[in-house]
Amino acid sequence: MAAHVDALYIFLLIVTGMMALLVFVLVIFFAARFRHRPGVRAEQIEGSTALEITWSAIPFAIFMVIFAWGAVVYFKERTPPADATEVYVVAKQWMWKVEHAEGQREINELHVPVGRDVKLIMTSQDVIHSFYIPAFRIKQDVLPGRYTVEWFRATKPGVYHLFCAEYCGTQHSGMVGSIIVQEPAQYEAWMNGGSTGPLSATGEKIFSELGCVTCHRSDTQGRGPNLQGVFGKPVQLEDGRTVTADENYLRECILDPGAKRVKGFQPIMPTFQGLVSEEQVNALVAYIKSISAAKPAAGAKTNASFATPRDPNQIQAQADVKAQAQPNAQPNRSQVQ
Amino acid sequence: MSMATAIPQPVERENYLNKEYGVWSWLLTTDHKRIALLYLISITFFFFIGGFFALLIRLELLTPAGDLVQADTYNKLFTMHGMVMIFFFLIPSIPAVLGNFLVPLMIGAKDLAFPRINLLSWYLYIIGGVMMLHCMLTGGVDTGWTFYAPFSTSFTNTKIVEAGLAIFVAGFSSILTGLNFVVTIHRMRAPGMTWSRLPLFIWAHYATSIIQLLGTPVVAVTIVLVAAERALHLGIFDPKLGGDPLLFQHLFWFYSHPAVYIMILPSMGVVTEIIACFSRKRIFGYHFVAFSSIAIAVFGFLVWAHHMFVAGISVYSALVFSFLSYAVALPSAIKVFNWTATLYKGSIHYDAPMLYAFGFLGLFTIGGLTGLFLSALGINVHVTDTYFVVAHFHYIMVGGAVMGYLGGMHFWWPKISGRLYPEGWARLAALIVFIGFNLTFFPQFVLGYMGMPRRYYDYSHMPEFQVLNVLSTAGATVLGVGYLLPMVYFLWSMRYGKPASDNPWNAAGLEWKTASPPPTFNFDEEPVVTWEAYNYEELDAPHSEEVPVAR
Repeated sequence: MAAHVDALYIFLLIVTGMMALLVFVLVIFFAARFRHRPGVRAEQIEGSTALEITWSAIPFAIFMVIFAWGAVVYFKERTPPADATEVYVVAKQWMWKVEHAEGQREINELHVPVGRDVKLIMTSQDVIHSFYIPAFRIKQDVLPGRYTVEWFRATKPGVYHLFCAEYCGTQHSGMVGSIIVQEPAQYEAWMNGGSTGPLSATGEKIFSELGCVTCHRSDTQGRGPNLQGVFGKPVQLEDGRTVTADENYLRECILDPGAKRVKGFQPIMPTFQGLVSEEQVNALVAYIKSISAAKPAAGAKTNASFATPRDPNQIQAQADVKAQAQPNAQPNRSQVQ
Repeated sequence: MSMATAIPQPVERENYLNKEYGVWSWLLTTDHKRIALLYLISITFFFFIGGFFALLIRLELLTPAGDLVQADTYNKLFTMHGMVMIFFFLIPSIPAVLGNFLVPLMIGAKDLAFPRINLLSWYLYIIGGVMMLHCMLTGGVDTGWTFYAPFSTSFTNTKIVEAGLAIFVAGFSSILTGLNFVVTIHRMRAPGMTWSRLPLFIWAHYATSIIQLLGTPVVAVTIVLVAAERALHLGIFDPKLGGDPLLFQHLFWFYSHPAVYIMILPSMGVVTEIIACFSRKRIFGYHFVAFSSIAIAVFGFLVWAHHMFVAGISVYSALVFSFLSYAVALPSAIKVFNWTATLYKGSIHYDAPMLYAFGFLGLFTIGGLTGLFLSALGINVHVTDTYFVVAHFHYIMVGGAVMGYLGGMHFWWPKISGRLYPEGWARLAALIVFIGFNLTFFPQFVLGYMGMPRRYYDYSHMPEFQVLNVLSTAGATVLGVGYLLPMVYFLWSMRYGKPASDNPWNAAGLEWKTASPPPTFNFDEEPVVTWEAYNYEELDAPHSEEVPVAR
């Protein structure tokens, strides 16, 4: 990704450098050439529509090239590959808490293997933060109350800066950490030390402890929707809308069940706002994703565009539809055992 | 006329300065020129307060460790620097001082349309300013001038409501000034002063006033919502209360992006006047320059979400706002090209105002071109919220707006004070400001691309950023000297400066056709305009000294 951004950056340096040079050279040349001389009067020139059109059209054409190129790079930055490894990030004043699908937890550090696509699913416990890795040229604000997503693929082992880029209070400048990019073998060794079991297994435990399982049964008899295979699929709501069951939708249903109730079900689910921590929500989401093994219907992708206005992550959601064709929880589970 | 008398104590005509003396003749004045001076004193006061904060910020960043002040103090310093500079210096700067002084003079009016409202707007500014001072002295605010929720509404324990109220009140001062200008420009132009004969300074102020009128109420509403959530726990922005933090950003930037144009448009107007006068030429493409001001005001309202490309908005809305940001860049580019073309075949003088205008051209061009980087979505993701952004907006708002403001102060100082400033010192100051500015802010572009986030009090984790920070701090001290100099010699010239003639620059424009300083009602008799703007052809035709020789 860094290479794409840098290529555009260098292009812009050249283009804007030439534009600046043109203006500066002309100003300096005119200022010197047409400096006041006694007896020589200025020549009055009204203007020139042809010139005005020229110097509007040419810059505009250049602007459009920059715009299009910038948009293409942005699409890449904002579209995680389907098979990316998922890592959950919870931000709080003033630290980064990282949870790997395999169950590894870290604070202010993120270990990743070189050459693998990593997708960060992030939320904040308090104020807005921003997960910024300058070396990878990526940044995404981390908001309370919803998930945002960013992804990268590290290409060289090493330790890279992690900064919080959105001002978040007293120790904002202390909310820094490291991205530790390792060779696959080293990474496996690190990953095998001190895990508490996969995130989805933790989620399954919470799912039964909180009694979710009594209503969300794996058959059609439950008082709540059956969650098997629901992730990434379009969901008909009671109010007639259709939304895609992405991470943000699952999260919202746990914390504010009445907001987007599934068609045909009674509003009997209590809110879990304040009863579950951000980490527990992440585990629950990871669990529900892990039991959605089936490939989503072909219509899922088009339906995703009906995502509600409060959902800023339609695009990531679309990518997720593809992503969950291969839920990564299962292979990881065997790896930890 | 005072022009004939070169001795320091000329027989003074009655003018707006010497008509009455005493505190109440100033505090209860409805004369737009006196109100302009009241504003000048007040905004200069706030400029030096804001500058002092900036200096402390730069000193803290001299070393990577946070060693000069506490983290909380630093956070308050950059917050108060931003709030003071934006709401109490830049927004009122050119409109409330030069605009107030010149709009009626330039269009041939006796005063603004609503002189008492004009005075009210100054009092509102002062009330807002006193509240802001009180807020600063009793603890201040640490949210950044952007007040991002939910940090501002549910987390910080600093004086959000008081600072918000101060800005709320000062905002009405800005709205009233805008209202006054719009009505004045529509209704009070002298006979013959048609829209296409207006100085481009007036067009720029007209566009600015429209933004002030339409944009400022939105930030006022936003502040009320922040206060409501903070004080009454209404769920508006904080998701824990059922609110949406992005709603805050949309509302805030809906005003605060156009506010950038409130700061830069008047400066563009000033520079246009200066370039025409010191090139002795009609402005190239008058109508394009005029309408580009209006285009900036209109498009300026449609680009707010380019501050939010990584905030969590959808990819498609980001595309739209990126495109519109390039659309708003175009009128600014057109202006730069027209100013450059105006120099062509001119007869260029290098007096201090023109040096400031050249400085403006250079710095504004750099500021504008780096805006193209920020509007490019792919690059924005990397450089937003870093020092790249800090450098970019300082190039526009300090490099552009303040250069224009200082250029204008020099250009119209003879008219305002009736005295000439010392030209040599003024040229030196222009040079110092230009060098100091670039030394301060150019390294920040590099820092930003290297990844240094803004609002970091301590960068001991990344000592590689120190060299550029040292350069920047060194530049800031140079810049500080450059800003102090004009204040010193302007004050000096009020007593010791040579008396100015009515039109020391032989400039076009009605403001130069009355006395320096002007009488209370501006013109002894109502002017009738029969000429186009920037009629330098006619002004330079009968050279008072050369013509007899030629004959």
